[in-house]
Amino acid sequence: MTAFLGVLLVALQLGHPGEYAPADIAYGAQIYDAQCTTCHGANGDGVGDINLKSGKFRTAVTDQDLARVITNGVPGKGMLAFKFDSAELAGVIAFVRNMNSFDRGTVKVGDAARGRALFDKNECVRCHRVGDRGARVAPDLSDVGAQRSAASLLRSLTEPTTQMMPINRPVHIVTRDGTVINGRRLNEDTYTVQLIDDKERLVSLSKSDLREFTIATVSPMPSYKTMSEAELSDLVAYLLSLKGR
Amino acid sequence: MKRSITCVVSALAVSVSLHAQVTPDRLQNAAREAKNWLLYSGGYFSNRYSPLTQISPANVKNLELAWMYQAAVAGAWQTTPLVVDGIMYLTQRPNDVVALDAKTGRVFWIYRHQLNPNQIVCCGANNRGLAILGDTLYMGTLDAHLVAIDAKSGRPLWNVEVTDSRQGYSVTLAPLAVKDKIIIGVGGGEYGIRGFVAAYDARTGKEAWRFHTIPAPNEPGGDSWQPCTPAQGKFCDPEAWKHGGGSVWVTGSYDAALNLTYWGVGNAGPDWNNEQRPGDNLYTDSVVALDADTGQLKWHYQFTPHDRYDYDSVQVPVLADITWRGGPVKAMVWANRNGNFYVLDRATGRFLTGKPFVKVNWMDTFDERGRPHQTPQPDGQPTWPGNQGGTNWYSPSFSPRTGLFYVSAWEGYATIFGGTPVEYQEGRNFGGGVNRNYVPVPGAPGVPGLRRGPINNWTDAVASGAVLALDAATGEVKWKFPMTDVTDSGILTTGSDVLFTGGREGYFQALDAKNGTLLWKTNLGAQIVNGPITFEADGKQYVAAIAGLSLCVFSLRN
Repeated sequence: MTAFLGVLLVALQLGHPGEYAPADIAYGAQIYDAQCTTCHGANGDGVGDINLKSGKFRTAVTDQDLARVITNGVPGKGMLAFKFDSAELAGVIAFVRNMNSFDRGTVKVGDAARGRALFDKNECVRCHRVGDRGARVAPDLSDVGAQRSAASLLRSLTEPTTQMMPINRPVHIVTRDGTVINGRRLNEDTYTVQLIDDKERLVSLSKSDLREFTIATVSPMPSYKTMSEAELSDLVAYLLSLKGR
Repeated sequence: MKRSITCVVSALAVSVSLHAQVTPDRLQNAAREAKNWLLYSGGYFSNRYSPLTQISPANVKNLELAWMYQAAVAGAWQTTPLVVDGIMYLTQRPNDVVALDAKTGRVFWIYRHQLNPNQIVCCGANNRGLAILGDTLYMGTLDAHLVAIDAKSGRPLWNVEVTDSRQGYSVTLAPLAVKDKIIIGVGGGEYGIRGFVAAYDARTGKEAWRFHTIPAPNEPGGDSWQPCTPAQGKFCDPEAWKHGGGSVWVTGSYDAALNLTYWGVGNAGPDWNNEQRPGDNLYTDSVVALDADTGQLKWHYQFTPHDRYDYDSVQVPVLADITWRGGPVKAMVWANRNGNFYVLDRATGRFLTGKPFVKVNWMDTFDERGRPHQTPQPDGQPTWPGNQGGTNWYSPSFSPRTGLFYVSAWEGYATIFGGTPVEYQEGRNFGGGVNRNYVPVPGAPGVPGLRRGPINNWTDAVASGAVLALDAATGEVKWKFPMTDVTDSGILTTGSDVLFTGGREGYFQALDAKNGTLLWKTNLGAQIVNGPITFEADGKQYVAAIAGLSLCVFSLRN
């Protein structure tokens, strides 16, 4: 993949279950343009009698089938195997499913460099970490662009609680001796809980030693709904560019 | 305890202030930081000795299992965990890093290195552990990378290719952190590599220096790879040094006062067909003393010149300040795979003492500079010790309290060696030999290579194991604890004179370090092939060993 991974955004709301989020379709369009057009063409009709816009495929019916074909290729038929991360794969499938109706003219292209500037300006590293900079109290974002889809990233900016993984829920603990510990949950079992506290210490506690153990279901991250659509698309483009090492 | 799930936003107080977790000073004093285990061998002198005393000869019988951690991938689990202020970090097959609570074994995070499928290793997906410096962990990988990992989050910070794994290079040892550098060596002695020790900037991963364990023809020692004469039926490689082996797969040691770091170097390549590489074949089967800042060679000592037995010198260099012939000496004490125990002056490399600790017939005497007089056995006759050696990579221990050096030994074990010509091919085995266990009855089973089943059908008629306690100045055996089967376990000693070790039989056992008396044992049901460690958390001493897929951690019954 190229280092630049722009994203196209057409709307801010996530699609209904079974549909495809505009952010994923837009991200998939970028991936498609870079990786697929050489053979399939811009209109999806570059290989024999295959027309990707038709919504019908020779060896795939479900999205799972499409993921298998893209990931493994079709040996002997010319279709290569592509090593996409989960965000890219979700995007390409969403785009291929919507090639017929997707209107490139109505969208804005996100810019990862502008997104990084916004990331810095908004002091995201006060809580998050990318590579060797930033804090660890919130989840590390070094490879978030390989883990989360474009739609999920966008929504995590506007409605953080909806995208917060349960394991990452904030915990508030008071031990029997009165010590107060706030942090982010890393692991839990019947008798113990492991977390990284707000001083960035790895802490493991026996539940029998706790007076109070509260797990918040609301993300402590503020919503960035107030950002413009263009700013959000830039920020998502930056987050999608974080592919880890 | 009141447990609740609330929809109220929990206010996270945000702090980005960090203290360096493990400073170079802490590493320098690691051996005295009793509650932790900060380096592969416990300290830079690699004594695998802990000053902890809570577990004693009197109460060791009250040990009970505190917790276990089970790995998912089968195979010899050779790692030594690190313990830093209540957090344990360890590697598991193939190249995972796990951070867990040292008191309960519950996991904080797991990092999984994605291996290149081209990796080539001789002996399984082995990894022996980590280094830590600051807040960063360092791991070598089977595909010859060095990875830096954030100790708090388990996220990779950098990942550099050490060299091309397609040629058989790998990194299986635990790296050594010295000042601002991370030092590693490479495995691959069975694949015709040209071995090296290399140092990397701990912050960036940029290579700082590299010392080749096989010198080029124009370098000092290069003349120890002499031209060979082609003859009928014999293969001759005019550039044998290019594939001369000299792997480095066990962690070295460091003396800050001398600023020297010491590394044991592996066998020559090809392992057994010595005829195609005439000369001493430096620096194979040697210890090299390198300047920690530059990698410059200060001295070397070759234990087995022109090796034909695969007598890797990949033992942990144990540094000890001892009294030798009435005077103090900064010594290096070393029980070698070739069956001899050595005392060297670690400032100069001068040979002080050499003495067999198991039966040896490949040599008989040393000259005054420590060069062995070799006595190769006739074709078809056994050589003692056998191919796996009188000992091997298993960590020994030195107790400054008893002055004894403790080593896991293979006794009564011999091999009938047979070299065969072999031409180098990239990524292909470059052993050059067919060897047989020396067995008392034709067709009888030999010692199994890496794993054993529950029935010992080779018996001590082929080989047996022992913990030997040697006088660190003379090599004299002070006591011996015999085992029916051989052992690949390391040894730990403590400030209360308890010695912990295991073996292939699956027993984890405690001996009296002063006299070898068995104090306690438990059957863990699978062979122990790592070095036990001990640490303290919340005022309680723990001792940890790995058997099979299980990391088992013991403490005294409350």
